Amino acid sequence: MGESSHRMQLFLAALVKRYGRWLIILPPLLFLVVFFLIPFAYSLRISFADTALQVPPYTSVWNYSADHHLSIRLSLDNYRYLLTDEVYAFSYLYSLRTAFFSTLICLLIGYPMAYAMARSSKTTQGILMMIIILPFWTSFLLRVYALEGIIRENGLLNSALLWLGVIHEPLKIMRTSLAVYLGIIYSYLPFMVLPLFATLEKLDHELLEASADLGSSPWRAFFDITLPLSMPGVIAGSMLVFIPAIGEFVIPSLLGGPDNLMIGRVLWDEFFMNRDWPVASAVAIAFLVFLVGPIAIYQHYSAKQQEA
Amino acid sequence: MSERPPLLLFTVLCFGIAVLYLPMLVLITYSFNASAMVNVWGGFSFHWYRELMGNDQILDAALLSLEVGVVASTLAVILGTLAAIALVRFRRFRGRFLLTAMVNAPLVMPEIITGITQLLLFVAMLQLFSWPHRGYTTLVIAHVAFCTAYVTVTVQSRLRSADRSLEEAAMDLGSGPVRAFMDTTLPIIAPALLSGWLLSFTLSLDDLVISSFVSGPGASTLPMVIYSKVKLGVSPDVNALASLIIATVGAGVLIAGMVMRRAERQRLLDVQMATR
Repeated sequence: MGESSHRMQLFLAALVKRYGRWLIILPPLLFLVVFFLIPFAYSLRISFADTALQVPPYTSVWNYSADHHLSIRLSLDNYRYLLTDEVYAFSYLYSLRTAFFSTLICLLIGYPMAYAMARSSKTTQGILMMIIILPFWTSFLLRVYALEGIIRENGLLNSALLWLGVIHEPLKIMRTSLAVYLGIIYSYLPFMVLPLFATLEKLDHELLEASADLGSSPWRAFFDITLPLSMPGVIAGSMLVFIPAIGEFVIPSLLGGPDNLMIGRVLWDEFFMNRDWPVASAVAIAFLVFLVGPIAIYQHYSAKQQEA
Repeated sequence: MSERPPLLLFTVLCFGIAVLYLPMLVLITYSFNASAMVNVWGGFSFHWYRELMGNDQILDAALLSLEVGVVASTLAVILGTLAAIALVRFRRFRGRFLLTAMVNAPLVMPEIITGITQLLLFVAMLQLFSWPHRGYTTLVIAHVAFCTAYVTVTVQSRLRSADRSLEEAAMDLGSGPVRAFMDTTLPIIAPALLSGWLLSFTLSLDDLVISSFVSGPGASTLPMVIYSKVKLGVSPDVNALASLIIATVGAGVLIAGMVMRRAERQRLLDVQMATR
């Protein structure tokens, strides 16, 4: 008996050893395939369908006829529509431009902040880190709402400027492009500061001293040494700001005006107001191909480069 | 680098921090405003907090958000940890590339796209299998999907730096691989599981876009209610709610930060003692 149960145990152990790792791999793999990957494949399919007055509101792409012939009808109308209606091209470009310039401004403000942090004492650094990280954990939606309290017509900024006599009637910031920029910069500034700080903190200070000894001015030393060495942080921070900014919905929706059409807002309206699911799918797929795709490829290669 | 930062840099730093915090401070101040007018200070009052306590719509939404947050982040920690173990420990397996891609994709994917595609899937699934009905279930599934990615990334980096020799020693002493992992590596990566859970919980509580797509009638999460209120105009009870949330999160982060710092210091101390 002891012999056979021992053999059984060995068999089980071998089984676990052979296939046990699938118990670890399969749950997350299957879950993500079903609820993350298949949805994309499915929207790709819907993007080739036509809008229809039924539930769900689109036609089927393939049909089995009675004699078991599979007929596939791919409609390119939705994609053609994206090209003809200039709202889409406009909002793509507008999103790209907004994300690009807000990233640039975040970099211009964030870099000196991170640099000042890196040059503080270790204790101050710890405290400053906490101060920068805290807003990151606070609700994004609420922070955008809080910003509205500052920049709206009777908000703090206008009250202060009026009181100081700088302006004589309130500035109109809400519902303009400026509000969208301010919203993005305000929301994503911590994402820029943290990676910059991480690279600047590790920077070897002796290099700067050496260049000063050799007669470089501080500015020259900055452009020759500090800036090139901190490029990984610059790139990481810019990605962290640019990527969420480009698909942003909440900020243009709450702070922007009707003509601040970022692509996220167009998608939302297409879906909830126009109920045009096939066009919304086509916009999503195009968005994926033209914006997320290049970013993903870039990240893949830069990760490889770092490993090498 | 530890000399005093030049004045210019220091000014920008202070300015940046002021910009980050000023809106929230103003918001909290105005939540105690007795007046309903947003720009007039009508004296100190808890009026809007009392109003909040009587608002069933907000309380229901808060409860739903908490429930979804706890369930989704717990499931995400389980799935994310499994994915991290698979990616770090198993060098090659079928589907490795797929898993890597799916774990990293949500980090660069605009929420609005994830939301739309998941909604389309849920609608089709409901037609085919009569499951899942849009609401609590779909919210949890969608939140697990994006939180898993963040957990995996967090746990992965900790697991990579974890020393495997302890686990090997445990196995040499006769522990099975699962037991050895549980006894040695799990305690080492536990802080990463905790921060993964907290991160998931915050992301889940905060999510507006994906939730708006996948949720159904009657199941509004807190961000969805706040968004629709804010969209209609300023309402002072949102100020009170926002202040409560900001204060809770702020306290939570501060305490967690201090606890983690103390634990880290203790760990360094233990290591020093052990190597002496």
